[in-house]
Amino acid sequence: MSTRLEKPIFEYSVPGRCAEDQWPRDPGAAATEDLPASLRRTGRPLLPEVSELETVRHFTRLSQLNFSIDTHFYPLGSCTMKYNPKACNSLAMLPQFLARHPLSPESAGQGFLACLYELQEMLKAVTGMQAVALSPMAGAQGEFAGVAMIRAYHRARGDLERNEIIVPEAAHGTNPATATMCGCVVREVPVDPEGDVDLEALKAVVGPKTAGIMLTNPSTLGVFERRIEEVARTVHAAGGLLYYDGANLNAILGKVRPGDMGFDVIHVNLHKTFSTPHGGGGPGAGPVGVSARLAPFLPVPLVGRRGEQYVWLTERDLPQSIGRLSGFMGNAGVLLRAYIYMRMLGREGMGKVSEYATLNANYLLARLQRAGFDAAYPNRRATHELIITLKRQAKELGVTTMDFAKRLLDHGMHAPTTYFPLLVPECLLIEPTETESKAALDAFVAAMAEILAEAAQEPERVTGAPHTMPVRRLDDVRAAKHLDLTWKPTASHATPTTPATPASP
Amino acid sequence: MAFIPHTREDVESMLAAIGVERIEQLFDEIPANLRLAGLSGVPEAANEMEIGRIMAERARLDGRPLCFIGAGAYEHHIPAAVWAIATRGEFYSAYTPYQAEASQGTLQLLYEYQTMMASLTGLEVSNASLYDGASAMGEACLMAVRANRRSHSRRILVPTTVHPHYRATARAVAGNQGLVFEELPYCAEQGCIGADALERYDGQDVTALVIQQPNFFGRLEDVDALCDWAHARNILVVAVVNPTSLALLKPPGQWGSKGADVAVGEGQPLGVPLSSGGPYFGFMAARMEHVRQMPGRIVGRTLDAAGRAGFTLTLQAREQHIRRAKATSNICTNQGLLVTAATIYLSLMGPGGLERVAAASHARTRELVDALIGVPGVRPLFRGPVFHEAAVALDRPAAPVLEKLAARGILGGFDLTEHYPELGPALLVCATETKTTADIERYASALAECLREARAA
Repeated sequence: MSTRLEKPIFEYSVPGRCAEDQWPRDPGAAATEDLPASLRRTGRPLLPEVSELETVRHFTRLSQLNFSIDTHFYPLGSCTMKYNPKACNSLAMLPQFLARHPLSPESAGQGFLACLYELQEMLKAVTGMQAVALSPMAGAQGEFAGVAMIRAYHRARGDLERNEIIVPEAAHGTNPATATMCGCVVREVPVDPEGDVDLEALKAVVGPKTAGIMLTNPSTLGVFERRIEEVARTVHAAGGLLYYDGANLNAILGKVRPGDMGFDVIHVNLHKTFSTPHGGGGPGAGPVGVSARLAPFLPVPLVGRRGEQYVWLTERDLPQSIGRLSGFMGNAGVLLRAYIYMRMLGREGMGKVSEYATLNANYLLARLQRAGFDAAYPNRRATHELIITLKRQAKELGVTTMDFAKRLLDHGMHAPTTYFPLLVPECLLIEPTETESKAALDAFVAAMAEILAEAAQEPERVTGAPHTMPVRRLDDVRAAKHLDLTWKPTASHATPTTPATPASP
Repeated sequence: MAFIPHTREDVESMLAAIGVERIEQLFDEIPANLRLAGLSGVPEAANEMEIGRIMAERARLDGRPLCFIGAGAYEHHIPAAVWAIATRGEFYSAYTPYQAEASQGTLQLLYEYQTMMASLTGLEVSNASLYDGASAMGEACLMAVRANRRSHSRRILVPTTVHPHYRATARAVAGNQGLVFEELPYCAEQGCIGADALERYDGQDVTALVIQQPNFFGRLEDVDALCDWAHARNILVVAVVNPTSLALLKPPGQWGSKGADVAVGEGQPLGVPLSSGGPYFGFMAARMEHVRQMPGRIVGRTLDAAGRAGFTLTLQAREQHIRRAKATSNICTNQGLLVTAATIYLSLMGPGGLERVAAASHARTRELVDALIGVPGVRPLFRGPVFHEAAVALDRPAAPVLEKLAARGILGGFDLTEHYPELGPALLVCATETKTTADIERYASALAECLREARAA
C-alpha cells in the first residue's frame, strides 16, 4: 500500500492532450449534420484530457491506496471476504462470453445458458429449494424479490390484509428497508440473552396481518438459531411465510439447508458464499430460491430446458411472476464466475467451505478470549463469524471499537465490521473465512493483543489511529455538512470549454 | 481443495486451542434431524484445467456472430487499459469503502466518477451507481415521489417510447409502493411522444414524466418542449439517457428552461462488455436540491485530522444501514467495479474521444440504414432524426428472417413485433464504431437473400 496521495485526474488535464490511439477514426463533421441544432450539446463535458500513460499511472496509483483481499487480511463480518480465484475471472472473460449481446437468440447462447441452467440446479441442491431465479443483482435485490413474492402469494390467494414483515432487532438494515420497498410494515422482535429469537415475543406479534418473517441463520449475532423449527411452525401456523437472508450461508454450506429448516424463500449472495469479487462495492448477485408454492411468482427471466435446448422463460411462461428486475439478465458475468467456482468446489468442497470457515472463526474466538477479549455470546459456538465486545475496554481505557478498527489498519489488516449488530455495544463482527491460514489468524490475534496493551499504556496512539495510512482519520461530519461531491476547476486548472465539435486535435 | 490452506498440523493445533477433537463438533448446535446427508445435485469437483476445458467448449458454442442489435446494450471498443486496471486485485477484491482511510483509491475514483457523470448529464450531483439502467429508472420514479412534495398522486407518466424492459422493471421495482405508471402512446408517423398524448393530463395531479432520449426507437424527442410542459404543471422530469449520446446531444440538465430533475441510464456503453446483459451499472444524477432524496452511495471530499483533503462515504443518513425502514432505498452493494471501468474509459476518451465514439457510431448507423433500405422489402419506419439506432419495416414477418440471418452468423437487430405488434414486421437496428463498411454490406446482402427466400417460401 502506498501512502502517497494522488491528485484528481482533472488536475493532469491539458487541453489538446489525448489518448487518440484508443479512439475511432474521425467520421468528419458531415456524419452528424442531421442532428438538429436545438437538440445538440453546446459545451463540452468536464472529462480529463490526458494520455494513456497518465491514465494508467493515475488509476494504478489509486489502486495502491486500497486494502483488498489480494493484498490484506480483510475479516469484514457478514461480508465473507474470501479469496476470489483467478480462474473464475479469466474463464468468465473468454471473448465469446464478453461479446454476447443480451438479446442474442438462444441459438447463439447455448454455452452460456447451459452454465446458468446448471447454476440454478446447483443452487437448488445446496439450499434445498424447489426452483431458483438468478436475475437479482445483489443481496438487497434478492431480498426485494423474496418479499415481493411473499406479497404476491398472499394476494393471489385473496389474502389482502397481510402486510406485516417481522424482522429480529439485530437484522441487517436491508431487511426493514426491503420490507418498506415492498409496501410492507416492519414489526421487530427481540432476541433473548443467548442470541436466539424470543419465541414468546414472536408468538405475540404473529397474526392475520403477518405476511412473513425475514431471518438470517446463522443470525447476525454469529450464532445458529437453535429453535428454527419452532420459529417456522409459529409463523406458518399464523399464515405467514419464512424468508431466509443468505448473507451467512457460508457457515452452513453442505451441512444444513434453508429448505430443510422450513424456509419458503431465500436469497444467496454469490459475492459472499460463492466468491465472486466484491469489486470495491459490487457487482454482487442475489439469486432467489423458493419452495413449490412460490415458484409461479419468481422474477423473470429464468433458464429452462426443452429437449436438448436451453431456453429463456419469461412472463409468457410465468404469468404470475413479480416481473423483471433488470434490463436483461441481472449480473450475468457474476453468475458465470459463481458457476465456475461451484464447479471447482464440487460436492465435497461445499462442506469443506463451511467446516474450515467455522474452524477459523472458533479458533479466533478461543485465541481472542485468551488474549483478554470478551465474547458477546460466550456460551455459544461461533459459526463462520464471531462477535467480541469492547464495552469493558471502552469503559476502563477510554478506547472504543472505532479506535481498535483504525489501529488495526496500521497493522496492515482491514478492520472487522464495527458497531453492527447494533444490539451489541462496542462490537467487532469478525469473519475470517476458510481461505485464511492459521498464520494469518495468529497475526490478527497478535495485533489485537498489541493494541490492547497499547490502549493501557499509550491510549492516544490508539485513539489517534491510523498513523500509517495515506490519510489520518477523516471528518465525516464535515463531509455531510459542507457537501463537496464533485471536483470543481479553479483558475489554475485548465477547463475543457471548447465547443462540442468532432475535431481532430 | 476449495482454496483452503490448512495443513493437518494446523487443524490439530486449532482444534486443541478450541478444545474439541473434530471439526464436526463445531456444528453441534444445529438440530441433528436437520443435518444434510449428502449433496447429490452437485457434480464432482473440477480442477482448474478441467473447468478451463468445460468453459472453452461452452464459449465455442456461443460463437461470435456479427451483431447489429442495440436496444439498450451497445458494442463499443473497450481500450485494453480499462480492464487491465479494473481487474487489479486492489480494485477487484476490495469491498465498499467502509474504512475510508484504507480505501482512498476506490473513494477518490468514485469522486472523479461523480464529477464526470454530473458534468456529462449537466446536473449537479451524481451517486456512486445503481444496479443497471432499468432498475435505476424505477429508483428515479420512487425518488421523484419523495422529491415532488406538491404532488400526492404517485402517478408517473411513461411514454411507450421508453424501453419496454425499463417500463417493466420500473413497475416491478416501484409498483409495490403504490406508484401508478400511466403509459403514453406515441405518434405512429414520428415514433415520438405526441403532443396530444399529454393534453389530457392538463390540470391533473401528476408526479413525474419520464423521457427517454434517444428513445427506444432511436428517435430524438422534443425534450425542451416536454420538459417545459411538465415543469409548468409542477411535474418532475426523469430523463433516461444514453451516456455516449451526451457527447453530442443536449444534456438533461439543459432540457427546456429548467432542466430535468433526475437523469438515469445504462452505463454499459462506457467501457463495459456486453456480457449477456451484465454486470452493467445504472447511473443517476440530479439537481442538488434533490440530493437527500437520492438512493445509493455518495462520496464526498472532506478533511482528515491533519487538515489534508481526503474522501469518505457521505450523506449516509439516507441509507438502509442507518435509516433502516425509512431509508431512500434498500440498495447496499452497487456496481463499483463497473464504475471503475467506466471512469478509466471516460479518462481515456476525454471529451474529444467520447464525441468521436458518438459521431462514428451515428455515422455507421446512418450507413447501415441507407444500406438496408436499399434492400427490396425494407423501408424506414419513422420520419425524423435518430441517434445511432433506427427502426426499419420489413415486408415479411421479422422472426423467421432473423432466424435465417442468425444461421448465417448475423444478428440482424431486435424484433419489435412482440412489444409493438401495431407496427407490423419491424426491426430495431444499430451499428456502432465497431462495424465496418464490409460488415454492413454483408448484412445488407444477407438480408436481401433472406427476404427473397421468405417470399419464395
